[in-house]
Amino acid sequence: MPALSPVTTPSVTMPPPAIELIGIDKSFGAVRANRDVNLTVAKGTIHGIVGENGAGKSTLMSILYGFYEADAGEIRVDGQSVRIANSQIAIKAGIGMVFQHFMLVDELSVLDNVMLGAEGGAMLAEGARQARAALAGFAKDYGLAIDPDALVGHLSVGQQQRVEIVKALYRGANVLVLDEPTAVLTPSEATALFTLLAALKAQGKTIILITHKLQEIMAATDRVSVMRQGQILATLETAKTSPRELASLMVGRDVLLQVEKQPREPGKTVLDVKGLGFVDERGVTRLQNLSFSLREGEIVGVAGVAGNGQSELLSVLAGIIAPSTGTIALLGKELSARALNPRELRRRGLLHVPEDRLRMGLVPPFPAYESAALGFEHEERYGRGPLFDRAAMVGDLEGRMQDYDVRPRDALLKTAKFSGGNQQKIVLAREIERSPKVLLVGQPTRGVDIGAIEFIHRRLVALRDEGVAILIVSVELEEIMSLSDRVIVMCGGRITGERRREATDTGDLGLLMAGVDSEAA
Amino acid sequence: MDTLSDVSTLTAVILASALRLSVPLIAACLAGLWSERSGVVDIGLEGKMLIAAFASAAAAYATHSAWIGLGAGILASVAFALLHGFAAISQRGNQIVSGVAINLLAAGLTAVIGNAWYGQGGRTPPLEGPARFQDLVLPGATVIKSVPVIGPLYADVLSGNPVPVYLTLIAVALTSFVMARTRFGLRLRAVGNYPGAVDTAGVSVALLRYRAVIISGVLCGIGGTYLSVSQAAGFLPLMTAGKGFIALAALIFAHWRAWPALGACLLFGLLDAVSIRLQGAVLPGSISVPVQAIQALPYLMTVILLAGFVGRAIPPRASGIPYVKER
Amino acid sequence: MSTPIDLPRWADIGLVPAVATVAAFLVAGLVVMSIGESPLEATRILIEGSLGSAEGIGFTLYYATNFIFAGLAVAVAFHAGLFNIGAEGQATLGGLGAALVALSLDWLPGFVVLPLAILAAAAFGALWGFIPGYLQAKRGSHVVITTIMFNFLAAILIVYLLVNVMGNPKSMAPETRNFGPNAHLPFIHALAQAMGLNMPATPLNLSFPLALLAAFGVWLLIYRSRLGYAIRTVGASPAAAVYAGVSPERITMLTMALSGSLAAGLAVNEVLGVQQHLLLEFTSGYGFVGIAVALMGRAHPVGVVLAALLFGMLYQGGAELSFDHPAITRDMVTVIGGVLILFAGALDGLFRRAVALVLPRRLVA
Repeated sequence: MPALSPVTTPSVTMPPPAIELIGIDKSFGAVRANRDVNLTVAKGTIHGIVGENGAGKSTLMSILYGFYEADAGEIRVDGQSVRIANSQIAIKAGIGMVFQHFMLVDELSVLDNVMLGAEGGAMLAEGARQARAALAGFAKDYGLAIDPDALVGHLSVGQQQRVEIVKALYRGANVLVLDEPTAVLTPSEATALFTLLAALKAQGKTIILITHKLQEIMAATDRVSVMRQGQILATLETAKTSPRELASLMVGRDVLLQVEKQPREPGKTVLDVKGLGFVDERGVTRLQNLSFSLREGEIVGVAGVAGNGQSELLSVLAGIIAPSTGTIALLGKELSARALNPRELRRRGLLHVPEDRLRMGLVPPFPAYESAALGFEHEERYGRGPLFDRAAMVGDLEGRMQDYDVRPRDALLKTAKFSGGNQQKIVLAREIERSPKVLLVGQPTRGVDIGAIEFIHRRLVALRDEGVAILIVSVELEEIMSLSDRVIVMCGGRITGERRREATDTGDLGLLMAGVDSEAA
Repeated sequence: MDTLSDVSTLTAVILASALRLSVPLIAACLAGLWSERSGVVDIGLEGKMLIAAFASAAAAYATHSAWIGLGAGILASVAFALLHGFAAISQRGNQIVSGVAINLLAAGLTAVIGNAWYGQGGRTPPLEGPARFQDLVLPGATVIKSVPVIGPLYADVLSGNPVPVYLTLIAVALTSFVMARTRFGLRLRAVGNYPGAVDTAGVSVALLRYRAVIISGVLCGIGGTYLSVSQAAGFLPLMTAGKGFIALAALIFAHWRAWPALGACLLFGLLDAVSIRLQGAVLPGSISVPVQAIQALPYLMTVILLAGFVGRAIPPRASGIPYVKER
Repeated sequence: MSTPIDLPRWADIGLVPAVATVAAFLVAGLVVMSIGESPLEATRILIEGSLGSAEGIGFTLYYATNFIFAGLAVAVAFHAGLFNIGAEGQATLGGLGAALVALSLDWLPGFVVLPLAILAAAAFGALWGFIPGYLQAKRGSHVVITTIMFNFLAAILIVYLLVNVMGNPKSMAPETRNFGPNAHLPFIHALAQAMGLNMPATPLNLSFPLALLAAFGVWLLIYRSRLGYAIRTVGASPAAAVYAGVSPERITMLTMALSGSLAAGLAVNEVLGVQQHLLLEFTSGYGFVGIAVALMGRAHPVGVVLAALLFGMLYQGGAELSFDHPAITRDMVTVIGGVLILFAGALDGLFRRAVALVLPRRLVA
């Protein structure tokens, strides 16, 4: 058997690695999600995988769990080559996965969820007996105490996660893969989780931990692999690396896109946010005590890994969801709850380019000229009275299509038929042309081709030069670096740091994005 | 003593009538239960019962056998159920639209074929003798009869009903048991709430739902057969008269559970029986209760329940949503 | 099967429903054959009976009137993403409203009482649509179940009223007395005769042009008005509606009310136009066929009118057919309606895929 592990002492018989991924390639159409990935996970260790969104971690784990098959490469479990064609095979091979989105039925009990698919017979009585015994065993061996008869829907998120882990263990998992496990946990729940993981490791289980939070990597893992753009850049012993090193590997040092920007003195404050907080219907705190301000003629970039509250921030500022705590003052006037709605905010000059243009910013089945009027259909430029002036709407868009180089130049074409970049231009044109005082922009160049990216960036800078206050939320750190005058970093619903653009770099921001607070760094 | 036994007899008669009137409701309600708990919305209960009523009456007439009639009724209902299942599960079509189509199809087909075959304006000829189910006398009925309360209840209400009645009652118990105690029931309950969990556990969502839909067809078949072969001794045009929708109302009322479904349907059957008795009757105090008020009760109660005024009526979470694998 | 197929607009609006319709007729033909009749012969009589004579055309258009109103009602609701199955009940209430006005005010001249009666019909129908809409918007009650329940409630209500309150003492049947002549919506043949044209007597009355007007109005509303824009946005993407500052709840309630008032047009035709008194079951299944009409017509007023005309032909031709071939009753129309709803509605995906297979590759995105 070829020795792949770099740490081989001839006199000691090493157990084969729990998992070996050799030369894994996976493409989806033109996108190469995994590129020649080589990963060795030693038995009885906790192995972390870090990387930003889109780095390829989820695809890799999906291949391991049998959701996809790799285009090329080999998988070895305990030294044996296995072809994992579906999840059943993965489970039989001892691989268990805990998803970010739990595969639990809220309406059933813990016992029922654990048994589902592994009932051990047509009648439930015997299987239930076995499952209860197993659960009691887990409680003893790992300290995993869960009430088998509790309804999953009544459990806290942390407890639900434990049920997922129990499910995997019940099916004989020796390797546990956890995908961003602390994304929805409170700090104390996260601590409890890592205690559990340590106990599992002590009993010989192997754990793969996918996360972007460097604190956790440093605290809990034995080894860590960094993924970026589909490749594994490095695999390091955790004890021998540092958050700084990991962060710069994670986000990269080069800024590929640089837009031309003259420095500009920002004017007066136009948007003032104090103590903003938001708790969603599941009781998860999405925004915590956010305070910042926006001034005329500046671009503030909000950096952070997706899912750390940025989307909620935009929705709150745009009046789509109501904050739980805190105040927002626009142009010096504090906004009442009544005023916090999209129509009123538009009237006052706060406009919004949403992150999800297909779900929110446009109406895909509508012809383009109707999407181009979304939010403004009541304006006088489109006629008075109950009917709208279709010709005016069409002419309006045609003019803008010219200015923004939208192709094809067909205002009557269905919105869905335009490419991502052109769709985004339609949305931008719509908002920018109304001379906003404050512009909120979410993921301005997601799914947009290079040429359009350049155009959009130049337009935003031009807007800022005209004195507009712009808030840009983006998961692309390069974009933030390129456009912003100031950068705010969010992690876990809080602002972990605020920097002037000149005073920071990707390493610094990477740390903040990964939850390392400005004080702790 | 006399008034007591009069009241007792009257009660027994009304209860017996209520039971018989509620049987099609119970059958259809259970059918809806199986379908919806697996995640397939079914408003075509009416249509399935109707086609079963027709097929069973026609077969019973042709073969002079009620049992063959039952078989034909079940087959017809299952055929329609599979049609709905195909549209809803395999084609991921709109399940409400499919249900509406089933109802219309059944109404039209029974009328056209009924008229073509028998020429009596869509009715089948009346069924007699072995073409109908005989009333079954349960063991010990005559013995227990004299026991107060339980006696008449057993002897006059429960006993002395045709076979489909007992089939339906057994179906209630079976449904409850299978749902709670078997692997199939567990998987079904899961797939109606969160099919993703079932799918990732390696179990076929589609197969589960098809099985549920077939069971639903069988149950509607029993209900429809009872209507024509037992109750009316023949098929009458549109004889289901909205029972399929009342069953839907009862299902919502029963929060999609088997024993409460029995209770809700018995309640509605009781209302039906009482309203028949009350027609034109004047209650003490000279209040004349319009029969329509009682007829409207099941529908009103459903609306009030749906509006959340009497607790929440939450259907299975995945109900009506075609399953698409998310990768 | 998970990627939606993108067909060119003309295929979406025209070809797919056409294919579904042809398929539905083929199935109907099979049913006709199974009862021993000839589908070709049946089709011939159908076309002759509905379009072959002035009288036939008159009847066809009269039936089509009902289908236009019912179809428009369902179509308008579709645009907001709502499934209104309650057209029958809303039309019944509409009839009640019209009758109340007609019975109490028919001593007023026609040009006063008729518009009032029509408005009352629309208002009552709107109410019967509004309540389920309100329950959906504010309490989350599924509009499909509530409208089904409201159908039954309407039917029960009208029985009660006709038997106990509004009934004609001189008649055995549950119905009101005949409205005075001022409250009759004039027949087209009567108007024609007044102008010197000779037309056979048919139930076709002024509600037919009213229906066409309503179709035009619906087109204006849905495709050219700001309210229609809001309605379509809510139906296409509630998230985009919220983003734009439109309230999906308000739109839901408003649309259901509108839908109900359109369904009431059915009552205007039957109660004010043809029957000239209120009776039971005047909606007799038109509401459900309206669903087929709306689905076939892709919820567009032009499609709805065309589909309504087709069904009008089926109804009238079907009546003629059952004269000559008593085995084929008018219920065949119900069968066709059911199959059409299945093909054009629930199995829509299947037909779209079939059409996509046949179309040249470049046209299918």
